[in-house]
Parts: sequence; structure tokens; C-alpha cells
Amino acid sequence: MLPTNQTQPARAAGPLVRASGLGVERGGRFIVRDIDLTVSEGEVVTLLGPNGGGKTTTLRAILQIVKPTLGTVERRPGLRVGYVPQRLAIDWTLPLSVKRLMTLTGSQPRERIEAALAETGVAHLVDRPVQALSGGEFQRVLIARAILNRPQLLVLDEPVQGVDFAGEIALYELIGTIRDKLGCGILLVSHDLHLVMARTDRVICINTHVCCAGAPRDVARDPAYTALFGPRAAEVVAVYRHEHDHVHDEAHGPLHDHGGH
Amino acid sequence: MLNDFFVRAMLGGIGVALAAGPLGCFIVWRRMAYFGDTMAHAALLGVVLGILLQLPLSIGILGVSMAGAVILVLLERQRTMPTDTLLGILSHSSLSLGLVAVAFMSWVRLDLMALLFGDILAVGRGDLLVIWGGSLFVLVVLAAIWRPLLAGTVNADLARAEGVPAGAARLAFMLLIAMVIAIAMKIVGVLLITSLLIIPAATARRFSGSPEAMAGLAALAGVAAVALGLFGSLEFDTPSGPSIVVAALTIFVVTMALPSRASGQ
Repeated sequence: MLPTNQTQPARAAGPLVRASGLGVERGGRFIVRDIDLTVSEGEVVTLLGPNGGGKTTTLRAILQIVKPTLGTVERRPGLRVGYVPQRLAIDWTLPLSVKRLMTLTGSQPRERIEAALAETGVAHLVDRPVQALSGGEFQRVLIARAILNRPQLLVLDEPVQGVDFAGEIALYELIGTIRDKLGCGILLVSHDLHLVMARTDRVICINTHVCCAGAPRDVARDPAYTALFGPRAAEVVAVYRHEHDHVHDEAHGPLHDHGGH
Repeated sequence: MLNDFFVRAMLGGIGVALAAGPLGCFIVWRRMAYFGDTMAHAALLGVVLGILLQLPLSIGILGVSMAGAVILVLLERQRTMPTDTLLGILSHSSLSLGLVAVAFMSWVRLDLMALLFGDILAVGRGDLLVIWGGSLFVLVVLAAIWRPLLAGTVNADLARAEGVPAGAARLAFMLLIAMVIAIAMKIVGVLLITSLLIIPAATARRFSGSPEAMAGLAALAGVAAVALGLFGSLEFDTPSGPSIVVAALTIFVVTMALPSRASGQ
């Protein structure tokens, strides 16, 4: 970013959202601090880092769910946000169909609901109770719900959780398609390395602070990245640096169960 | 017709049930049964306060229940103790404080049984006005905050991220619970109020395909429980408050045998 950008008021051409020197304190310690990041239209930015490293807290501050203790979050005025939270569990006692879930934060015409569900490939589920969906179906419904309002900024927290590997690839492809279609900025949280790296414009590694940031191939060479995820992680990313458009099964094998860390 | 104590009891009970059913659905969805219980128990302190300050009882109850709700929210934010522990402490200590305070006030004649289990057959014309006014107010406010409250029930972060005022709706909801407790106390008493909130909602769940349908069915189930309980109480000469709860339970158990709408199975 050019330093001159910061002296100007938010323009249509500026980033959708900009966090500067962001810090969130809870219980006397900083969960995250000194976070700088921007998301612009048409850009996929991924927050990467170990569990407990403050990725979700960073998202919550950017979404203005928590107030930052330090620093600022500037959003383009009137910014439309779509959000897919982490681990959304809907209580069994709440009778909720997919269709009703879609109108949770605002009413929508039926055609629009069906169009959004069709875009994520789950139009046939419109009348199902949400508790009857599989993990992958539920994530697709949640993404459809988040894009209903044509968001300028789409925020996804661990969108592939509880989804099998084939489903993960399909979901990341879907996220890419949505970016292309809507032209929205996408802010993604993951502790998954392999697929995310291939489909991201910018990676920001967070472990309480920003360890390293940049294009995936640069970040993968960064010693801070290796320190965070181990030398194996860099090897796996190297596969993607060759710009393969197919998936090597042997490449993701050893890494696949790192999610339990 | 209003001269008949039985008709007044029936009207009062129905008025409470109409508001308690839909509100109770949110208590079930948000897993706040214990919270409702705690606020109801604190209401006994409200009675004492009302007598000491020579206020109408429902005002005292309303004030103390609302204060209890606000204190709970504040203590929860401190995160010094798990919420259920906190509720356990407040629930039983406020009930005991109320009982001890009542015992101290030897100069007033208080029917403790009526406070604990309700005295629906003593519902007067003035009570009916309070019950129906309060009940309508609760339903109107609930309808007004329905969308943000439901969105916050599904996921508070999601609601807030998309600009829905879920926090304000939650606070309003707690104050509505205080209000229902204040108007329901005469009908079922502090110990049984939660059952009027929860059992009809639980009964409605199996037959509902949407939150709105469940709220409506819960109101109906509550009305049925009041009617059945009061007739039973008249027939078998049993205490009216507990009879209503037993009727609610009976409806719950009997409808378990009916085929459900198969939602969420």
C-alpha cells in the first residue's frame, strides 16, 4: 500500500476494509495485537495460523462484533457484509428450514433465495430442516445465505470444517467462483495450508501478531512461515507453486490430519 | 359473567398462557430454562419489596425480576464463574432470602402457599386488566423484536456482523421474561412459572416446521393446559397452579404418542 492512501478519506477505489494497528485484549492479555490488513474488491485474503492464534478474534474485530482495544477498523461507508461463522450449531429444538434460515437477517423474495441456493449447488434442499443437512450441505447453505444480499465483503471462518476432502476442494472452487461472479472481496480464515494457499491472492499469517504476509509463494519462502508451520508445510506449498491445476493425492496425504493441532 | 371466580380464573390463565407460550419458545431455543427459574425465584423478593415500599405487588415483582436480569447479564460479562453456577447461587439464595424476609414480616398476613404455587381462583377484575394488558404488551414487543431476537438465537455473531441489533433484542427479551413472571405469579406462583414457559413450547416442537408455527402452537398448548388444569382442579378439588402444570405435562406426554411433523429427524 502506498502511504499516501492513508491520508485520504475512504474512496470507492480504496480497500473495502482496513485494519490498522488492531489489538484486542481480554482478561489482561492481548489475544492479537499490531494487526494491519486490508481487503479490496475481487481479492481473496486468507488469515492463516495455529489454533488460538487469534484469527477468529481478528475477524470479529473487523466485523465490529468486538471493539478493538487498540487501533482502528475503517470500513467503506454502507459496506454490505456476508458472514459465514465458525461452527454454527443450530439447536435441535429450533424448527428451521433452509428457506427460513435464508431470511434470518432480512426478508428476501423466494426467487432470490432459490437463485442463491442454486449458485452454491443446493437448490434442492430449500424445504429441508437445517438439522437434517450434512456438513458439506450445511456449509453451502450458509454460503448461499451470506451471498443473498450481494455482499461487497464476504467473510468465511473455517468454511471447510466438517467437510470431507473432496468436499473441501469443491468448496474452495465455489468460493473462487463467487469472487469472480460477485466481484466481492473475500476474507477467509483457515488453519488448513494446502488448498487455501493455491486459491488465495494474499496470505496473512497470524500468531498473536502478523508473522508474515504477502502472496502465497512469497509467504511460503518466509522463515517466519516455516517457523510457524514447520518445514513440511513449505514443501507442500511448493507443489502449488508449480501451478498444477489438479490435486496430488500423495502431496496432501501427510498433512491432511494436521487440523487436530 | 366476570362475576364468576371460575371464569375470571380461566380468563387470567389464558391471558398468561398466550404470552408465555411464544416467549417460552425462545427460552427453550436459547437454553435459558434455568435463567427463567432464577428470575421467577427472585420475584418472591419483589413481593417483599412491594409490601415494604407499599407498591402494587406486580410492580415490585417486575422491578426485582428486571434488576435480577440486569445483574445476571453484568455478572455473566465478568466471566468469573460459569453461568449455570451463577444461576444456581442466585436462584436458590434469592428464593431463600425471600422466604426469610417474609418470615420476618410478622405484621403482614401473607399466604406463602399462594406466592409459591399461585392463587388463580382469587384473580380479580383488576388482576385481569393487568394480566391482559401485560400479555398484549409482551406479545406486541416480541413481534417487534422477532427477527433480531431469532437471528441472535441462531448465532449472535452472525446477527451482529450483518447489522442486526441482537444485543438490544436479547436485553428486551429478558425484560419481557420479567414481565411475564410478574403477571404469571398470581396464576401459578414463583415455583411453577418456568413450567408454563417451557412445557407448552416443548409440546409444540414436534409439530412445528417453523419458529413462528412453534410459537403459535405453544400458545395454544398453554391455553389448553390452563383450561384442562382448571377444570381438573374444580372436579378433583386440587390446587389450581399445580393442576395446570400437571395438565401441561399430560398434554406433553399424550402428544408424544402422535406422529410428529418429522422436522429435524
